[in-house]
Amino acid sequence: MTQTSPERTGFDADTLARLTADADQIIGRYPRSRSALLPLLHLVQAEEGYVSPHGIEFCAARLGLTAAEVAAVATFYTQYKRRPNGDYTVGVCTNTLCAVMGGDQIFATLKDHLGVGNDETTEDGAVTLEHIECNAACDYAPVVMVNWEFFDNQTPESAVELVDGLRSGDLPTPTRGASLCTFKQVSRVLAGFPDGKADEGPAAGPATLAGLRLYREEQNAGRRRRSGEGDETGSTSRPAPAGAAAPSGGAPSAHDAPETTAESDAANPATPAREEES
Amino acid sequence: MTVTLTPVLSRTWDVDRSWTRAVYEEHEGYSALRTALGRTPDEITQMVKDSELRGRGGAGFPTGNKWGFIPQGGDKPVYLVVNADESEPGTCKDVPFMMANPHELVEGVIIASYAIRAAHAFIYLRGEVVHVLRRLQAAVAEAYEAGYAGTDILGSGYDLEITVHAGAGAYICGEETALLDSLEGRRGQPRLRPPFPAIAGLYASPTVINNVESIASVPSIVRNGPEWFAGLGTDDEDPRKRSKGMVLYSLSGHVNGPGQYEAPMGVTLRELLELSGGVRDGHELKFWTPGGSSTPLLTAEHLDVPLSFEGIAGAKSMLGTRALQVFDETTCVVRAVLRWTEFYAHESCGKCTPCREGTYWLVQILRRLESGEGTRAEVEEDIEKLLDISDNILGRSFCALADGAVAPITSSLQYFRDEYLAHVEHGGCPLDPAASTLFAPQGAGAKTR
Repeated sequence: MTQTSPERTGFDADTLARLTADADQIIGRYPRSRSALLPLLHLVQAEEGYVSPHGIEFCAARLGLTAAEVAAVATFYTQYKRRPNGDYTVGVCTNTLCAVMGGDQIFATLKDHLGVGNDETTEDGAVTLEHIECNAACDYAPVVMVNWEFFDNQTPESAVELVDGLRSGDLPTPTRGASLCTFKQVSRVLAGFPDGKADEGPAAGPATLAGLRLYREEQNAGRRRRSGEGDETGSTSRPAPAGAAAPSGGAPSAHDAPETTAESDAANPATPAREEES
Repeated sequence: MTVTLTPVLSRTWDVDRSWTRAVYEEHEGYSALRTALGRTPDEITQMVKDSELRGRGGAGFPTGNKWGFIPQGGDKPVYLVVNADESEPGTCKDVPFMMANPHELVEGVIIASYAIRAAHAFIYLRGEVVHVLRRLQAAVAEAYEAGYAGTDILGSGYDLEITVHAGAGAYICGEETALLDSLEGRRGQPRLRPPFPAIAGLYASPTVINNVESIASVPSIVRNGPEWFAGLGTDDEDPRKRSKGMVLYSLSGHVNGPGQYEAPMGVTLRELLELSGGVRDGHELKFWTPGGSSTPLLTAEHLDVPLSFEGIAGAKSMLGTRALQVFDETTCVVRAVLRWTEFYAHESCGKCTPCREGTYWLVQILRRLESGEGTRAEVEEDIEKLLDISDNILGRSFCALADGAVAPITSSLQYFRDEYLAHVEHGGCPLDPAASTLFAPQGAGAKTR
């Protein structure tokens, strides 16, 4: 394995020693070291809040890869950030079902309220806003994720309240999940280091339990005639209408602005630190 | 027929702290593992074959046969990889399952690994569900503590390591060979087959890749017997034409009772809607997907088609993941299809030219169609171009992402061609997007067409 030196990674000696110990633990989970690359990228993101050229250099050195090989992987996956991320990533699902159910209005409202566009961070560094693809919670549409925790059945108003709480430090509680962590803390869990919060939050929300509740009702039906049904179906309440803005973009519902590439975003290169500094 | 709900995977979800080993063990948890370790690995594989369990991740391949393809006695290690990268639009079953009942998956992992003689199993979970990751990490740790994983499991002499691995955001990693590349620390891009993963999978070693729900169904098969499992579902003289066991149906969209419903294979959407409270009040069904956005759209005329592999195939769609996304008459089908197409263009890994370039151009044309620009003749030409490009994408790429990308387009043009034309006649979308939201006032936009 290539020797890592503090000069090449840019980390000070203490940080480097700590990261190296963590990295070795991660590598030990796999039969072949390269499999540790995705968790290692989460690990360096937990340290710096994004995958920096230094982080890329660190991963490369630990795994005996070139920095170019690591950068090629880091830029493939959307959870790895190429510039410093806010403390809280607010992801609004705008895939078809959530979009139709109100995700487009929520995303438009948040862009307007925060004054940022897709994949941009508020000036206070608290919130990075992005639209996300389907996050496997369609029965709770429209869904907003904060640092990959579920906020179910959102409205433009509730989403505004949510981001205001994130910015003021009055942290909202996820509908299904643990008390919120920062982006860096969550990245460390993704790297495979549990944070002891597995027992927080519920097992399931009402939609998850919809079928099971009907089944339990059926079981009880023999003993007691059912009456006044309807509340147990897990049906969602319908909040007041929102004066939401129409989605903007080239086409009426287009949402996918061109991605920023290394070429068009020269301030945040994906190139290895060595090349950058030479 | 009325739907008989059969909670098996979901049986403990309403129990306090259902995600813990203690609660799982109170509900027969890990009893199947003890049974399995008292049998030979081949006997377990035969049980799964006899149960007629077919893959729950979409393709429906017989799980026991997949296990049987693993060459035994070679010098290469065998691996089990669980595909927990649930990302197909509309699919929302594995994530709530793993959050509420992760131990049933872990028990299934241990039994399946024993059956195929794997010494190392991986659970590849998408990275965007951190609380599910916590619950899985905790469940695996608890399994080690109890001696269900690690060395000499329950004194059987069988050793197994289980690694929970978080992805980093890429739909394509739900494709099994892209998942393997990703798990090897590379960009998630599909591989050419053959060789199939059973021969050359993870690290070019024999590998079984199964969906979460497939693996999680295994403990119940061992507990209750393969006959019990095969007694649920649809029947046919030809064993290749029947769909057995219970599954999670995920109802979402414009319905009064969105959520998870565990029932035998072969119920219909009409039955599920009747059971769950129907389409949202004051509205009617317009179109739906049987198993995510990659499965061709269906309409109200398909309400009585059995939700089985064969039933849905007979309606020229695919059962997929039973991700029943329901859209009512307030929904613009062009908008819906455009958004899905943007998703496929965004998620195309770029390896195969027809997919990478084709999905880009599909988006351009669909945006123009949705905007209502141009003349009727130009729109007709655009529609033909959409179909032509779709024809050039379908079946011409390494993996099924490309095939999935054209499914909403071709099926929507089959059923809703007039709505594409209505956009040019109307100079834009004839429908009000506010009327289809969750927070629309009751009855808004009803019967506007």
